[in-house]
Amino acid sequence: MNLDEILKDAEREFAAVANLPVLDQVKARYLGKSGVITEQMKMLGALPTDERKQVGARINLIKNQVEALLKSRRDAIQNEELERQLAAESLDVTLPGRGEGVGGLHPVTRTLARIEQLFASIGFVAADGPEIETDFYNFTALNIPENHPARAMHDTFYLDGGSLLRTHTSPVQVRYMQNNPPPIRIIAPGRVYRCDSDVTHTPMFHQVEGLWVDESASFADLKGVLADFMARFFERDNLPVRFRPSFFPFTEPSAEMDIGCVICNGAGCRVCSHTGWLEVLGCGMVHPNVFEHVGLDAERYQGFAFGLGVERLAMLRYGVDDLRLFFENDVRFLKQFA
Amino acid sequence: MQFSESWLRSLVNPELTTQQLGHLLTMAGLEVEAIEPAAAAFTDVVVAEILRAEKHPDADRLQVCQVDVGESEPLTIVCGAANARVGLKTACARVGAQLPEFKIKQAKVRGVGSAGMLCSSKELGLPNIGGIDGIMELPADATVGQGLREFLDLDDQMITLKLTPNRGDCLSLIGIAREVAALTDVSCAQIDCSPVAGSIPDLHPIAIESSSACPRYCGRVIRGINPSAISPRWMVQRLERSGLRAIHPVVDITNYVLLELGQPMHGFDLQRLSGDIQVRMARKGEILALLNEQSVEFSKEDEAAHVLVIADDSGPLALAGIMGGAASAVSAATCDIFLESAHFAPDAIVGRARRFGLSTDSSHRFERGVDATLPRRAMERATQLILEICGGQSGPVQEAGIGVDSFAAVDFRPNRARRILGFELDDSVMLGILARLGMQIEKMPDSVRVTPPSHRFDIVREVDLIEEVARVHGYDAIPAVSLRGEHVMLPVSESTRTIQDVKKIMTSRGYQEVITYSFISDEVDADFRSDGETLPLLNPIASQMGVMRGSLIGGMIQTLRHNLNHGQERLQIFEVGRVFLSSSSEQQPMRLSALAYGAVHEEQWAEKARLVDFYDLRADLEALLHPVPVELRRNNHIALHPGQSGEILVGGEPCGWIGALHPRLSQKYGFSKSPVMIEMDLSPLLQRGVPSYQGMPRFPAVRRDIAVIVDAKIEVKELLASVKAAAPALLADINCFDVYQGQGVDVDKKSLAFNMLLQHTEKTLTDSEIDFTVAEVVDILFKNHNAILRS
Repeated sequence: MNLDEILKDAEREFAAVANLPVLDQVKARYLGKSGVITEQMKMLGALPTDERKQVGARINLIKNQVEALLKSRRDAIQNEELERQLAAESLDVTLPGRGEGVGGLHPVTRTLARIEQLFASIGFVAADGPEIETDFYNFTALNIPENHPARAMHDTFYLDGGSLLRTHTSPVQVRYMQNNPPPIRIIAPGRVYRCDSDVTHTPMFHQVEGLWVDESASFADLKGVLADFMARFFERDNLPVRFRPSFFPFTEPSAEMDIGCVICNGAGCRVCSHTGWLEVLGCGMVHPNVFEHVGLDAERYQGFAFGLGVERLAMLRYGVDDLRLFFENDVRFLKQFA
Repeated sequence: MQFSESWLRSLVNPELTTQQLGHLLTMAGLEVEAIEPAAAAFTDVVVAEILRAEKHPDADRLQVCQVDVGESEPLTIVCGAANARVGLKTACARVGAQLPEFKIKQAKVRGVGSAGMLCSSKELGLPNIGGIDGIMELPADATVGQGLREFLDLDDQMITLKLTPNRGDCLSLIGIAREVAALTDVSCAQIDCSPVAGSIPDLHPIAIESSSACPRYCGRVIRGINPSAISPRWMVQRLERSGLRAIHPVVDITNYVLLELGQPMHGFDLQRLSGDIQVRMARKGEILALLNEQSVEFSKEDEAAHVLVIADDSGPLALAGIMGGAASAVSAATCDIFLESAHFAPDAIVGRARRFGLSTDSSHRFERGVDATLPRRAMERATQLILEICGGQSGPVQEAGIGVDSFAAVDFRPNRARRILGFELDDSVMLGILARLGMQIEKMPDSVRVTPPSHRFDIVREVDLIEEVARVHGYDAIPAVSLRGEHVMLPVSESTRTIQDVKKIMTSRGYQEVITYSFISDEVDADFRSDGETLPLLNPIASQMGVMRGSLIGGMIQTLRHNLNHGQERLQIFEVGRVFLSSSSEQQPMRLSALAYGAVHEEQWAEKARLVDFYDLRADLEALLHPVPVELRRNNHIALHPGQSGEILVGGEPCGWIGALHPRLSQKYGFSKSPVMIEMDLSPLLQRGVPSYQGMPRFPAVRRDIAVIVDAKIEVKELLASVKAAAPALLADINCFDVYQGQGVDVDKKSLAFNMLLQHTEKTLTDSEIDFTVAEVVDILFKNHNAILRS
């Protein structure tokens, strides 16, 4: 057979093959033990020496070309097969993942965690205490004697036997001071209760109170720590703050802290009653009577305390406009804080 | 405390705008709550006099008036008011005037040109003093042509202060004026309280029984007042701008003095008193009809003995320091009065008004404290005003009572002030501030002796003075010091987890945190509380919040119900909070509760829908406790399915429950499927060991599986316990990996498959050792539980 024809036939036959097993069969017909090219090689021995060399070189050339054709066809078929496999295994990746969903924390918890984290970074540890309290811890030790008008400020829930639901987390501070010598840096986060329920009050809410007592913690320190805290909490370096004189029986001097309205940036809006300021926190220097009630030397020790409403900060931070949502526990609301 | 700015400025007038004045007060601790204009805005309204008034040619009810507005020619104005008459001084809006509701234009009224409008108070948005029907009636001495706003002082503001309870001294115009004077260093006018000599000798006897409650009682008889006298416009205007109505000249004057000086007073109709004035506690059975038509009855002995009254022979006349009685009140017929100006101790007044549902200007002041030296001065001031406005003749001032001790001086150490405030402030600045506040200052070797004025009865300790210094100097002027002090690394315990860590396990397992109220209805509490006592609130907001919760489950169930009602079909929630077993501080443990309801996963394409069940919750419990293994024992919980629940043990100690809600309660609360729940103490979840490395076995472990048939009632835990108790030497671990009941197994039996891990720490196990150990386990199961090896 003519060598050129062999090459042409091989080319045509390889191209017609669609899979590897058939390709191997076709390959055998050319390059196998009794393949046409192998047969040509076998016939070389019968040729004269000088002709054998020339024809041999030519057969080798054709053989190489057939092998190259074969490899290229083999690669092509392998590629096609991979493509087919990939196409067959293709998924709709836009479908959702299977199995578990993920839950979320309550926005109050989220806010509390943020407050605790900020204060922990300057060495405040969180302290805890009972929610059913005694009159002594909730009032007397905090310099709120019986019949004091400040008691009318707290509408207190009472239980049998004179115990009551704490109206602030200050009792935790009192208990802590009774049991731990200064220096003291604590915050007391937790639930508090007041007998009040309307659009802007729920009978239960959360407070974080803080206390720093040593031999020199001053009003200037109070201003610095709280101004830093508010700026960090709202992530606004230049958050305006102001401190106004106020009155709490357990601190003196006492102050209300205002921040520039974070909703309107001080321009005036409904949230800040068009004043540009938001009242966010009460604070002051611990009253010497409180130190005396817990057995600390009021001449030696001094310090400051503050208390803030967690729901209020959460509302301002996340733009929640109705306090009552926090305790309705509608998951459509809660899921927004995951 | 509401007051008129112009009244305040008549006493102290710093060069500040209204807004600046408001800011000054707010930043000094007298928080301005509101500033409102005293009158609506209007322009071009002047005092006018009607010169002529003739009937309109074409209208019966109209008059054509010639009105002098202070210009060269009178204006012709058509007016429909019946009281328009010659000589009347009234308010005239000229053409171009902008009134609150409309603008005045040149007009023709039934063919007659009208160059303006005569106005009623209503048309100008003003209170109708005197209840005039028609156009305003101004006093005869009003200056024609003067702007009405100027004449009536309408460009005034009403300022409302939200005062803190310690500043009772600022519940008066003079109190606020003193404060403004101290803050601005501007002088403050004095109120004329000079004695009015009595012109008649009449006395009315006063007997004080409760001296500590009433240390001072001043009284005075005034006879022959003019019953038809009316309160002057300036006084009515000041009262109205302070939020008080004019009632009767005597009442208006006592109210005026209350606002001006801060001393509550009361006027009795002398003719209606029978016998001496007695200041005493109420008595059981007494009844008092108050001025506001409310009747107070002292039905209980101890309650009566708690309330101070002013009485005479006929019984109580007034609730002392709170409100007068109707029977002895001054009226339009009153000619002779007995005027009271007394000092009541705050402790004798606090809470009493509220007990009767009252809150009066008088009780508000006495509860916070009133300057004990005021009664006499206020009596003189009120007498002056009564004689001036109502006429009459006054008797001498009668002063009864033991009086109030003057306040002790307070030592002030400038160094101490600097230490508390944390910044440098000169002694002279501090003492200057105290002096401006009216304090008397006497320098001592190591301190300064400060005597507060009688109206600053709140100053009793050094720190009170430090606050005054800081307040008047200005909190803004105190520097804010950024963090200082020694920094100590805080301890971090590795053997405790935080509550936050525990919460994150729950959220990562698909649970949403909720926060429910700590109080709940008695009925719900009873359904779910498994320990402790019921703790009712004495004053709950509502009965469904009547008791402190003894379990978190009630709140979870209510949250489930709320969300099912709002379209949710599945819910996985948890809460961490306290439950209340008694009111002792030790009996309020923190717990964690979780609830799952509905499909185990959100509806999805990839997994077959399946309802969440006990074992899903158990897996969550295992994750919570990991690496501590979950240990459950059968026990009955009031709210759980007896066959699908267990008591959780950690370290052998019971610490909570897991299970499906009892079908009885599922039905009661209207759930179509059974919620599964966990409630357990938080503390075991916060404990965990610090890891301690154990060498890993160098020789391979061998696994062998067996299956046994046992009685269906036997629990896996019992089988494992028996094996673990016997502790075959080479058995490293054994676990149940399959439970089968059904074909091939008798009805009351079940097949359990266990895998066993066999291990020797020092050598590779031989076949015979392995077989021996497997046989050992089979033998233990057979002997203890009659378990038959399945072939």
